[in-house]
Amino acid sequence: MTDVPLSAQLINLCASVILLLAFAMLAQRRVMQLINLFGLQGLVLCLSTVVVAVTTHQNHLYWSAGLTLLLKAMLLPWILHRLVRKLYVKWDVESLVNVPTTMLFGVVLVIIAFNVAQPISLLSHTISRGTLGIALATVMLAFLMMITRTKAIPQVVGFLAMENGLFLAATSATYGMPMVVELGIALDVLVGVIILGVFFFQIRDQFDSLDIRHMERLKDN
Amino acid sequence: MISISGLIAQLFAIVMALALAPLLTGWVNQCRAWLQNRSAPPLLQPYYMLHKLFRKDVVLAYNASSLFRAAPFVIFGCMLLACAIIPTLSTDLPFAPAADTLALVGVFGLARIFISLAAMDIGTSFGSLGGRREMLVGFLAEPALLMVIFTTAMISQSTSVATIVETLAHRDFIIYPSLAFAGIAFTFVSLAENARVPVDNPATHLELTMIHEAMILEYSGRHLALIEWAASLKLYAYSCLGLALFFPWGIAAGDSILGLAGAIPLLLVKLAIGGFALALIETVNAKMRIFRAPEFLGTAFLLAVLGLLVRLLLETRV
Repeated sequence: MTDVPLSAQLINLCASVILLLAFAMLAQRRVMQLINLFGLQGLVLCLSTVVVAVTTHQNHLYWSAGLTLLLKAMLLPWILHRLVRKLYVKWDVESLVNVPTTMLFGVVLVIIAFNVAQPISLLSHTISRGTLGIALATVMLAFLMMITRTKAIPQVVGFLAMENGLFLAATSATYGMPMVVELGIALDVLVGVIILGVFFFQIRDQFDSLDIRHMERLKDN
Repeated sequence: MISISGLIAQLFAIVMALALAPLLTGWVNQCRAWLQNRSAPPLLQPYYMLHKLFRKDVVLAYNASSLFRAAPFVIFGCMLLACAIIPTLSTDLPFAPAADTLALVGVFGLARIFISLAAMDIGTSFGSLGGRREMLVGFLAEPALLMVIFTTAMISQSTSVATIVETLAHRDFIIYPSLAFAGIAFTFVSLAENARVPVDNPATHLELTMIHEAMILEYSGRHLALIEWAASLKLYAYSCLGLALFFPWGIAAGDSILGLAGAIPLLLVKLAIGGFALALIETVNAKMRIFRAPEFLGTAFLLAVLGLLVRLLLETRV
């Protein structure tokens, strides 16, 4: 235990905080707080990427850390905040899901993710391979959030949090993806959010609400 | 065998607990008043309160059984034992082998059962309401507390409090992410167990919301004094347990009087900061509905389980 270097400990700590934030997002009922938590998760992700970059002298990781900071910790939360303000859904409180049950499912997912990732991370030789399980758990928790939420904005936040988890997985398993791929994904996410923002307005104009359940009824009529 | 310095340390720990516990309560109340822009009660108010109550006569209900009269002494004894086991100044405690952490949780459980039974003994509706609510909070808080303790026990390979604290305090500097989870869970549990704001309000007699106050409504005189003192001791015990598990630096390990002398001011500083943090938490949070309490404690339990899982995943590989 004592032979684990400090940088690896820091990376583990960052990964644990990301997992903690994923759970906080799962439990969070208010939209604004949810977006703030998402921004915080991006910030911690950036920190952990910087630590990996400093320890392994991988220069392209600095770029992806900067990209993470700019996009996920600043730009996307800002866009989402603006959307929430424009759509007047600031006080939107989620009501359908039973939060404790969701959290219990979350813990089960974490156990599954840890078990699945264990043999895979043994194949990797990176300094941060232990966090692969956490990355997988973050992806699954974000997925769970997308499934259990009924409002549109939390679902989009879930989608973005899933991207955070994928990014963490890429960093921990192989020291990040090639720059082109990373840029492509970043652009995809950005454009995705902008398009979804337009969708939000369309959904609200149509149904006077951002509740996705209204869209199911559309089929029957 | 039992060393002289160990005996002194043990004696010091007990005397300090008895003397400091009301002071800690007074300090928390004072900080809370400051933060809420109220004029604060004097720091020594809990002592005046105890002095007043000890001089007053006891008024007993006609149908009070002997259990009702015995309960304050049992509760006080449990809390004193807990304070004696938890290493506050030194880990060299002759009492420590008497109970490990699991038994410590049991000691708290015993006190809870007695206070709930005594509350139901008189047969008033408030008493049984408070007793039932206390058991609801207790049965959810206990597993979370156990999980927190398991996490620390896995790190130190022992369930004895003294050994756990010794391992955590005298090691090379290692970041344990699992302890972060356990620390948050422990904060949740101690707020609930000590009848603090998100779960219960210690300062209220508003009938619909109270838990702890509802149970002790029928008590008076020296019985009430003992219960109030025990409540202070419980807060002190939980604060010291939290400090010992998550901020263990400065606790004397060996049999040295000098280490003991150094540990006392450090403990006072840590308790002062901890008390202020508690007052801050109580000020920025609103009291939640009683039916949200299970969710709150369920979150604590899940966090503690996550701590265990993170410990297994990240920290046990070779």
